[in-house]
Amino acid sequence: MTEEFPTIQGAVCPIPLPHQEKIMLGHGSGGKMSHNLIQKYFLPALTNPILSVGDDSAVVQLTSNTDIARLALTTDSHVVWPLFFPGGDIGRLAICGTVNDLAMVGAIPLYLTVGFILEEGLEIGILERILQSMQEAAHESGIIIVAGDTKVVQHGKADGLYINTSGVGQINPNIHVSGANAQPGDVVILSGSVGDHGIAVLQARGELGFDSEITSDIAPLNQLTQAMLSVCPDIHVLRDPTRGGLATSLNEIAHQSKVGIIVKESDIPVRPAVAVACEMLGFDPLYIANEGKLIAIVPEDAQGIILSTMQKMKYGESSRVIGRVVADYPGKVLLITGIGSTRILDALSGELLPRIC
Amino acid sequence: MCLGIPGKIVDIYEVNGLQMGKVDFGGVTREACLAYVPEAQVGDYTLIHVGFALSIISEHEARETLDLIRQIADIDTELNLSQASSTQFQT
Amino acid sequence: MQTDYRDERLVQGVIEEIHKLTTQPWVLMEICGGQTHAIMRYGLDQLLPSKIELVHGPGCPVCVTSLELIDKALAIASSPGVVFTSYGDMLRVPGSGRDLFSIRANGGDVRVVYSPLDAVKIAQQYPDRQVVFFAIGFETTAPANVMSILQAKRLGLKNYSVLVSHVRVPPAIRAILTSPGNRVQGFLAAGHVCAVMGYWEYPAISELFHVPIVVTGFEPVDILQGILMTIKQLEHGEARTENGYPRIVTFDGNQPAQAIINQVFTECDRKWRGIGLLAGSGWCLRPEYAEFDAELRFSVNQIQPEESPICIAGQILQGLKKPKECPAFGTLCTPETPLGATMVSSEGACAAYYRYSLRSQ
Repeated sequence: MTEEFPTIQGAVCPIPLPHQEKIMLGHGSGGKMSHNLIQKYFLPALTNPILSVGDDSAVVQLTSNTDIARLALTTDSHVVWPLFFPGGDIGRLAICGTVNDLAMVGAIPLYLTVGFILEEGLEIGILERILQSMQEAAHESGIIIVAGDTKVVQHGKADGLYINTSGVGQINPNIHVSGANAQPGDVVILSGSVGDHGIAVLQARGELGFDSEITSDIAPLNQLTQAMLSVCPDIHVLRDPTRGGLATSLNEIAHQSKVGIIVKESDIPVRPAVAVACEMLGFDPLYIANEGKLIAIVPEDAQGIILSTMQKMKYGESSRVIGRVVADYPGKVLLITGIGSTRILDALSGELLPRIC
Repeated sequence: MCLGIPGKIVDIYEVNGLQMGKVDFGGVTREACLAYVPEAQVGDYTLIHVGFALSIISEHEARETLDLIRQIADIDTELNLSQASSTQFQT
Repeated sequence: MQTDYRDERLVQGVIEEIHKLTTQPWVLMEICGGQTHAIMRYGLDQLLPSKIELVHGPGCPVCVTSLELIDKALAIASSPGVVFTSYGDMLRVPGSGRDLFSIRANGGDVRVVYSPLDAVKIAQQYPDRQVVFFAIGFETTAPANVMSILQAKRLGLKNYSVLVSHVRVPPAIRAILTSPGNRVQGFLAAGHVCAVMGYWEYPAISELFHVPIVVTGFEPVDILQGILMTIKQLEHGEARTENGYPRIVTFDGNQPAQAIINQVFTECDRKWRGIGLLAGSGWCLRPEYAEFDAELRFSVNQIQPEESPICIAGQILQGLKKPKECPAFGTLCTPETPLGATMVSSEGACAAYYRYSLRSQ
């Protein structure tokens, strides 16, 4: 009996797919889609030199006298769901998120405003819990909430509640921290394990059905950054790797500073449970959001004193060097893998999706 | 097309007529369907893919594979003590 | 235990052995998206001797699901009242002008599930809605997809159906080996496909085409072990099927799974995106389970696919060309603006090259 074998009949390709008419969830993931949206629509419409810098907060000078402190200004909206998750809630996230945006430009966070959008039907008890959490976070960080606003929308128009925060901080004259300041030869420091927050929230959503002891790492980092700057005012870059994860933040810095960054996979701490959850679902911990970690890019000769200072502070105990800045491969991030090979570590593209393969 | 990871069965029970189990992946647990590994017992390691156990992992084979590879690795490490390593990234 | 298979010294040891053994050029193919991803993610191709060429075959089920079927999925997902459930990576795949993301943005209820049993749970939760599950995959997901159907039947659910697009590996290997211009001399067989099916289908192929086939796993050491075993055979002029993943795979495979698959599915012809129709290369629902067939339950009109003239995804899927040889690679065709199927899936050969490759930059 002869077997008949199939023959290949030639290639079939689909047409390109533009996602340019409507906003997609991927536009909010902090990756390249978000970046392109900002570059293509927001910046051209609103552009000015201060906005175009692209750091976590805007830095403004109120007078031309450079001996007077500058102001840092930032805003953030918080739409996380569910409202409560292991290790935190939307309230703590709102306060710490803005405190950290200010801290990442070297500012001392001073004042915060909060705007609430409440969904009709929200239990008052939930609002109370969230406000209590915000009060505790504000107290821990030292920031003072000085103004607020509340609106109510119809049932179904918000996931319980959304919070917007705006923050003001003070940057002392000798501090110049920016994503554009990384120099070849600098050392890259990470303050602790990555992936905890994103996985904790994913678990709390329940859609993927797994259980673990993983908790979010939400934390105010301003005391840590101030301690670091007091021993080394010449810190070049500070960034908290939130949406898009460590990989995306490193790419942003490499792009802003026009340098290459090389990091070693075996030096990047990931909690075993986080690593396992990522393996199971097909995620990479380097792209998962963190809310209580920072990247510091510092002159090589300052790494010793900065690390020892960080390791004595709350939220900095696990700090370590993960890589270095180089002149080669400008705008790119390279990863030395656990088995000794080297590959490109790209920024997040759009929405993070679990894989089956 | 094969994102499967090993997990240890810590509990076995029935749900709607299907044999299910609680599987511990090392800090993360998830329910998985054990219908395709009817001989599985609590304590066994299984390969889990999209919520289903597809195979019981043979500890014996796992150990043999690693021993074999360690043999290859050790032999080569000995011979190459005086030679340069061939692992450098190429640009 | 898992980390043993990523141990740097073991990896070095196997690499050095491969270097020692390789005396002439060889072309190997893996047909498994998961293996493509692992090779790229760990930079394994960088460590191999330059004489060994690793070609990435059509092993990503997301890439090879036919355009017609994607369009049907989109039409069903747009239907009012439908809850369309799918594995995550399918959401990005472009159909003729839309993808599942777009459907969701237009108000469609599209949900990612980790397991098909979660889709059945959703059907139980929403008895008044039609819940459809996009049952794609190679042989690896078949046991799960099929069990969801049997479970729905057992529970008497009238609102659950599946859109089936299963493909099988052995017919793909045969098609590649018989295609004119084929350069592939050895295959790494997909380890978890073989966990289900065993490897009893492969010796006939090895013998007929005189090609070594080695069942291979997914960790760096597993993949290098598979490559080492294949090279050993090639250097000695052998052509057998071997098992390089014995801790998971047996010759017969998972018999209960195969029995259930045969109960619910039957072999049928299947169109592979980028390749075309391969006779007997798919699985479809048997007539006894037609009530669960979403293609029958929903009347979906076929849309003629429009071909991009630049995209060479078909030739890449068959291993005839590398992504770098594509004129659009990295310029017109990027993960954000894919021209073809291979760039879309996070693990498609092009996306893997774009994300991970040092040389392509």
